[in-house]
Amino acid sequence: MNPVNYLYLSALLFSIGAAGVLIRRNAIVVFMCVELMLNACNLAFVTFSRLHGNLDGQIIAFFTMVVAAAEVVVGLAIIVTIFRSRHSASVDDASLMKL
Amino acid sequence: MNAAAAYTTSTGEAFQFWVLAVVAVVGALCTVLMKKAVHSALCLAGTMIVLAVFYLANGAYFLGIVQIVVYTGAVMMLFLFVVMLVGVTAADSLKETLKGQRWLAAACGLGFGVLLLAGIGNASLTSFEGLGKANAGGNVEGLAALIFTKYVFAFEITGALLITAAIGAMVLTHRERTERAATQREQAEARVRTGKQVPPLPAPGVYARHNAVDIPGLLPDGTTSELTVSETLRARGQIRDVSGEALADLAALEQRAEARLGRIERAEEAGK
Amino acid sequence: MENLIGLLIAAPLLGAAVLLCGGRRLDRVGHWIGCVLAGASFVIGVVLFAHMLALGGEERTLREHLFSWVPVGGFQADVAFQLDQLSMTFVLLITGVGTLIHVYSTGYMEHDERRRRFFGYLNLFLAAMLLLVLADNYLLLYVGWEGVGLASYLLIGFWQHKPSAATAAKKAFIVNRVGDMGLSIAIMLMFTTFGTFAFGPVLASTDRASEGVLTAIGLTLLLGACGKSAQVPLQSWLGDAMEGPTPVSALIHAATMVTAGVYLITRSGAIFNASPDAQLVVVVVGAVTLLFGAIVGCAKDDIKKALAGSTMSQIGYMILAAGLGPIGYAFAIMHLVTHGFFKAGLFLGAGSVMHGMNDEVDMRKYGGLRTYMPITFVTFGLGYLAIIGFPGLSGFFSKDKIIEAAFAKGGTEGWILGGVALLGAAITAYYMTRVMIMTFFGEKRWQPDAEGNEPHPHESPKSMTIPMIVLAFGSVFAGGLFSLNEAFVKWLEPVTSFEHGHSPLSAGAVTGATVAVMVIGVALAWAQYGRRPVPVAAPRGSLLTRAARRDLLQDDFNHVVLVRGGEHLTRSLVYLDHTVVDGVVNGTAASVGGLSGRLRKVQNGYARSYAVSMFGGAAVLIAATLLMRAV
Repeated sequence: MNPVNYLYLSALLFSIGAAGVLIRRNAIVVFMCVELMLNACNLAFVTFSRLHGNLDGQIIAFFTMVVAAAEVVVGLAIIVTIFRSRHSASVDDASLMKL
Repeated sequence: MNAAAAYTTSTGEAFQFWVLAVVAVVGALCTVLMKKAVHSALCLAGTMIVLAVFYLANGAYFLGIVQIVVYTGAVMMLFLFVVMLVGVTAADSLKETLKGQRWLAAACGLGFGVLLLAGIGNASLTSFEGLGKANAGGNVEGLAALIFTKYVFAFEITGALLITAAIGAMVLTHRERTERAATQREQAEARVRTGKQVPPLPAPGVYARHNAVDIPGLLPDGTTSELTVSETLRARGQIRDVSGEALADLAALEQRAEARLGRIERAEEAGK
Repeated sequence: MENLIGLLIAAPLLGAAVLLCGGRRLDRVGHWIGCVLAGASFVIGVVLFAHMLALGGEERTLREHLFSWVPVGGFQADVAFQLDQLSMTFVLLITGVGTLIHVYSTGYMEHDERRRRFFGYLNLFLAAMLLLVLADNYLLLYVGWEGVGLASYLLIGFWQHKPSAATAAKKAFIVNRVGDMGLSIAIMLMFTTFGTFAFGPVLASTDRASEGVLTAIGLTLLLGACGKSAQVPLQSWLGDAMEGPTPVSALIHAATMVTAGVYLITRSGAIFNASPDAQLVVVVVGAVTLLFGAIVGCAKDDIKKALAGSTMSQIGYMILAAGLGPIGYAFAIMHLVTHGFFKAGLFLGAGSVMHGMNDEVDMRKYGGLRTYMPITFVTFGLGYLAIIGFPGLSGFFSKDKIIEAAFAKGGTEGWILGGVALLGAAITAYYMTRVMIMTFFGEKRWQPDAEGNEPHPHESPKSMTIPMIVLAFGSVFAGGLFSLNEAFVKWLEPVTSFEHGHSPLSAGAVTGATVAVMVIGVALAWAQYGRRPVPVAAPRGSLLTRAARRDLLQDDFNHVVLVRGGEHLTRSLVYLDHTVVDGVVNGTAASVGGLSGRLRKVQNGYARSYAVSMFGGAAVLIAATLLMRAV
């Protein structure tokens, strides 16, 4: 087996995650799909790291994880705040950005 | 894997890949398609664990562990907390409300996936280096050497980002108290003013025989008291009413007592 | 000595500032401050004149560079003064006659509660006029030019409570603006052509510009001169300007304002010399105005308006002379100076008459005043003799020279111009005699005014008569003094250059003709007004008389051509604006609005919808990248 298959898997997971972001309305599930996309990217980084024989890819994946963790913290806080004021976790309910 | 450039992985890894890849994809699909957020979260956790295994297989030992600890351990648990907080029962209706959104999303996702796959397939990635040399001094040591030299500024900035995120989360979820909290005395006065159940609520259970919270206490006449049990349990219909049993026990007791008393009387009569 | 040039302007300017900013506490001494500062300016002028006389003919140009005004790259405007013989003449005239008018005004305006303000404006007028004649470049001249316009506006409208005065002030200002635009265009043309607007470089390098450009500059300069000097076609403001107090009329007509146009043309002589076409237009304007003013002057019964027509006519003489080129410049200025004396005298005399007659201006209600106002009669009479060109008096010398120079123009032009000038002289004699007879001779025709006050003609106070006497001396002797040994021509020659004209008629013949036509004019007037009693109500008169009473229909012409024409033009422009311009603008707005309304639907507020477009866009980008790599 060629490690390139990991990349194919990564692309597949990324696309599934993206479709999930577009389809789901529950903000938490949308967030999970974003996490899925990030993880897919990480997989690609790690695989590239192996393909190229250096650790830079892993470093990037590491930073992605850190940033993702920070993002999750803030994102979930936002969801909680929105839920408190609107009593709904649906992204469609927060649709004030229009005339 | 220690070779300078390899063209294929070991059979064991291939087997592991094909099995776990299926699990990962199924997990991802379930994340997207599950109706309840909790199920989505669990499926995602599964996918992440699979990914952690893949990291390990790819020679990223540190990242594999971090993936398990940070992602499946911390981040996913955070997700679950929030899911519990904002309504574990609120099942997300999968009925689409935006016209054409689902088709557009599917088309975009599919097209994007095809494009990515085509792009990867297009690239000439027949051989690979492998991490044998890079991991020779230990994977963690290698990463540390890079993080604290080449990527030290990125590392520092990420640290600042984390602190900012933590403070941001606190600021976002913090609720300012707009009025003074009522003192104990005020609460007591309010309770007396309403005139509703001034003393503590009566305890559930019957005598010393039942002290479970789902059994209402009995009033002196043997009927049950509503005040002794939680409204939630009553709404769920989970209250065990033992008043009949108790009354029956009481009747039997009295009967036995009478029977004994009667026997005594009969004995007295016989003694005469 | 050069430092004194700035002081010339500074003195009256200081007076204006002090008087206008000083407030009520200066009410009691304000007029004396004005007189003293005007007099100071005159004294400085005399000192500079003495200094100049001590210098040789070619060294008599004094310069003072005060500061750099607008130094921007190639655009260098300086506040710098140039005092040469031409400027010196004007300085002495402006400050001398101006001071006399100041003194006169102390008496004339004695009972006006806004006297302090009046003297402030008078000082401002002097300062602006001095700046005009002392500037060493056209831009600074323009500042003085506008200052004169402002001061004249303020003074003509001084009695602003009278609607007629306010209107007259506005009229003067607006008509002057037309001329000012001409001057400003001329300055811009100069700058684009020569890269500077200082007198020296511009006038020395006229050979560098094409004749067409010089003609354009000359004509626009002439337009400016027409505005300030009330020449046809911008003459209409002068008659109405009589609404101002009489000393103002005297100042405008004798010492400042109307002379500015003559100064401008004489100063720019090099430009006109190089452009015969422009010169021709100048002489035509001068000749037409000469007759126009004279005819108007014949028909007016208002003494000040008759004198105003006379001024227009006399300035026409000067413009005519200035248009003749080097043979005429000196005579134009000489006539300007003598005219300054006798016209100031005449106006002050007229003011004195009005002062004694309860501000009555209709000459038909005067008559026989010579016994009541002997000093006024004598000084006015001397001014009268001077203006009609009575031999030996000032006007005779200067006007005779102009007529001679007109004939010397040569060819048919010369004959026509000479003829016009002679005709003008005859008409001048006629209408001035008419004024003289109607005012001072014949029977009393006074009538009680609207409130029933019978006028009691009396001689004016000394403060008014002394300036009149001084001016009468000037009227009598100035011309002879200037002509003695051709002193004035030699004095001005370094600046304006001079050449003797070759008249087809001998000097004696011209003089004879001038005197003859003067006698004819006087005789005609005597026959018409002296031998018969003057009717108090004006007779209907001939068609020409009626037209002349209406200023030869100048206002009607302006109304029909400019006002109505302007109205029609603006209406059509408004229509064009509403249909075409607004149509385009509104159409664009409507189409953009419609398009936006449709595009707005894309913005439905759903984050997922936006995410689809982002994701789709990313997909398209990747597809494009791959495609480019594949290609």
